[in-house]
Amino acid sequence: MTALTTHTLLSRRALLAQGGALVVTFALTSRPIHAQTARPADKTVAIDEVAGFIAIDATGKVTIYSGKVELGTGATTAIAQIAAEELSVALDRVAMIQGDTQLTPNQGPTYASLSIQDGGMQIRRAAATAREALLQRAADKLKVAKDTLTVQDGVVTSRAGGDKISYVQLVGEQQLAMKIDPAATLKDPKDYTIVGTSVPRRDIPAKIFGTFNFVQDHKLPGMLHARVVHPAGVRSTLQSFDDTACRKIKGYVRAVRKGNLLAVVATNEWAAITASKAIVASWSDWAGLPVESQLYEYVRSSKVDRNEVLQTAGDTAAGFKQGKRTLQATYDFAMQTHGSIGPSCAVADFKDGRLTVWTPSQASHLLQVQLATMLSLKPESVRCIFVEGAGCYGRNGADDCTSEAAVIAREIGKPVRLQWMRQDEHGWDPKGPPVVLDYRASIDDQGQITAWESDMFMPEQPFKRSGVTLLAAVLAGLPKMPFPGSATPHSGLGIPYALPNNKLTVHWLLDTPLPSAWIRAPGNTQNTFGNETFLDEIAAATGVDPFEIRVRHLKDSRGLEVLERLRALAKWEPRGSRPRDAGAIARGRGVTYSKYESVRTYVAVVADVTVDRTTGRVKVDRVFVAHDCGQIINPDGLHNQIEGNVVQTVSRSVVEKVTFSRSAVTSLNWGSYPILTFPNVPEVVIDLIDRPNEVPWGVGEPTTSLIPSAIANAVYDATGAWVRSVPFRPAQVLAALKLSKPG
Amino acid sequence: MTTTIKLTVNGKAVVLKADDPSMPLLYALRDQLGLRGMHFGCGLAQCGACTVHYYGEALRSCVMPVSAVADAEIVTLEGLGTAEKPHPVQQAFIDEQAAQCGYCINGMIMQAAAFLATTKRPTEDQVRQALAGNLCKCGTHVRILRAVMRAAEKMA
Ligand code: FES
Ligand code: FES
Repeated sequence: MTALTTHTLLSRRALLAQGGALVVTFALTSRPIHAQTARPADKTVAIDEVAGFIAIDATGKVTIYSGKVELGTGATTAIAQIAAEELSVALDRVAMIQGDTQLTPNQGPTYASLSIQDGGMQIRRAAATAREALLQRAADKLKVAKDTLTVQDGVVTSRAGGDKISYVQLVGEQQLAMKIDPAATLKDPKDYTIVGTSVPRRDIPAKIFGTFNFVQDHKLPGMLHARVVHPAGVRSTLQSFDDTACRKIKGYVRAVRKGNLLAVVATNEWAAITASKAIVASWSDWAGLPVESQLYEYVRSSKVDRNEVLQTAGDTAAGFKQGKRTLQATYDFAMQTHGSIGPSCAVADFKDGRLTVWTPSQASHLLQVQLATMLSLKPESVRCIFVEGAGCYGRNGADDCTSEAAVIAREIGKPVRLQWMRQDEHGWDPKGPPVVLDYRASIDDQGQITAWESDMFMPEQPFKRSGVTLLAAVLAGLPKMPFPGSATPHSGLGIPYALPNNKLTVHWLLDTPLPSAWIRAPGNTQNTFGNETFLDEIAAATGVDPFEIRVRHLKDSRGLEVLERLRALAKWEPRGSRPRDAGAIARGRGVTYSKYESVRTYVAVVADVTVDRTTGRVKVDRVFVAHDCGQIINPDGLHNQIEGNVVQTVSRSVVEKVTFSRSAVTSLNWGSYPILTFPNVPEVVIDLIDRPNEVPWGVGEPTTSLIPSAIANAVYDATGAWVRSVPFRPAQVLAALKLSKPG
Repeated sequence: MTTTIKLTVNGKAVVLKADDPSMPLLYALRDQLGLRGMHFGCGLAQCGACTVHYYGEALRSCVMPVSAVADAEIVTLEGLGTAEKPHPVQQAFIDEQAAQCGYCINGMIMQAAAFLATTKRPTEDQVRQALAGNLCKCGTHVRILRAVMRAAEKMA
């Protein structure tokens, strides 16, 4: 086990110093996306075939076909590292093609922190199978025993001396037509030279020099520009429209109407934008949203599809009888937007009954079937090609925008680029749904927790239904792909502690106020917020230090190690060793812990906050993270992900909240939906535990789930007040401060 | 009526056309010159994704009418530096690997480069203030701060 207690910048810098040329190479070889359209006619996309994932050409270039895509997390660099390592070729030989339904195997959507854990491991096994097969071919050709052979940068040599032979020669005509061997011998991690190093990300230089091809930059010959005019109310219907004023705009082509889907098309982007403002549309009144100030009552009283016990131990009823005092608390978590900095964009081309879309969707293969259903086409007649957009943290507006572009392209018979305006993204991306959590616990005379019960009210979608219906299908009244109810209950929610009597009941709600799609760490962020804050409420009520209460109830050595590493990193002093700040400015710190989805990545967090008692403002000053995700592929990439998890979720915890009228979302830009800005960004201090001999687990979400509770617990430490509703905006903090000082 | 606007972009004399003189500079640069360093983020001067340099100062091209930049000197991310000849701020962003999705990064680099051109050896707080109007949703801020501080050292 290697300890990386400080930033691994040194090694990365060293690497950069010698690898300056490498960086440039990436910039120069960042291929235009059109290169993806050239398809070897016989390229398989079978998920159990090596050739589904790997091709080696006559120049020795290795192409990896990845169903998982780059959403700004560095996953494609990490997957390239995994492939290069397992094949024993230099990293700069490896090119990546991602998320193209015609070229890449369907590895499932890029979500749930599974790009490396699942996607990367499929590719690791494919690469290991390929390497072993090529070694066998080499052994046959060189007439030596296979186990005398070694590979360096794709050249096979025998330790016994003699001839060398390259992968290019070995691959020959046969290419890599073979099944992936699930038991293929994997390289010993002690021989790793690429995995475990902070290789610079391959997409970054082009993004820094303005040469990167975002989907927003994607162009086709003869392409027109479209803008949509979304309904005035979420379910308003379009009664009529008049585009007379648009016809005076030079470059205006036409309006497209399909049911309630209204769009304008022009030869240039600005003409499309001005036309979308000039068109007069009349929408029916619709006011079916709940009253915003009663959102959580609405959630609690929503129709329940079913109640499900997701975690249980012992007998809570008996536990409540054993205890002497009962504690209870309710927590709410706001509705939030994904809020991608670049509004969704897609390019669509419909020709000869076939649709091609260039899309930033995180789920090319799912989208292919959804689009085919919507347009009554065979899936083979739809090709989805992933092109990076702005970061998405779950299923943002990308698929919806793509679906609208597809309908428009079919109507006009010309390639079309649709970009959403800011109000479309804020107003119409599916929202992270509001969640309510109730907790009760019983404590005996010794301060032991004799019973713990929690109830979570959250929408079944998309846990039960595995996706979100395309907006264009809804608006245009086109066929919608049904999402079959999932037979497997969602696992992984619950507490990571061994309490004798414990029960978590989830009330799966049939509906949510607005179409929803979870944001980063689905359900876990909300669940961990409730769990870890309530645990601190018990710690406070029983006079136990927050670190101690966690350590006391944890029966997991890796988890305990993470907590102890954090204790040292943050220089934690037992609660109460310092008197509370008396003045207007109060400082405090809170700790939280989780084992992600109960089965993988261990994370523990300490947050240091400052609360201004006069204004109610909470500022997060510093966040310490101890993190064990098993084998680390790219330490600097991991740092980048953890920092992103922290800063983004501090923003969600203290600032972000969707507002709405009875008809529609009203937080339609960054003025009405503010996010954290530079002056309030915390310092982030990270301790990575690397376990090269373990499997790599996901890192894109776990840290997120801990941030809200770490902040809430720190606010309590600072002020003695509990904040139980995310986001912790000043009004709530002031109210909580008042409550904490009765009289 | 189509107006033509002459100006300098990335050191080259260019002519932009506008059927609507209120069209923001952003669209002219992207659609007519094929530049793509700057991007549309909000169109409301709220995020910074569209930032260019206007006589060396950071300017939000999403709200600047193209008719108002006649004769101006504009520099975009592409003109600031290249892979072969990076601007110190660009080099620092690479050294610090300061990007996640990268969509906001144009704004961060252009804002920081304009700031560092006039402020030598800023404190970290000054950098935070200078970037206070630039939004990033991926949470890349801590790296961006490190990168700007690193560039500041180089440029001092
Ligand atoms: S796009 Fe110009 S500031 Fe947001
Ligand atoms: S890096 Fe994605 S928005 Fe800043």
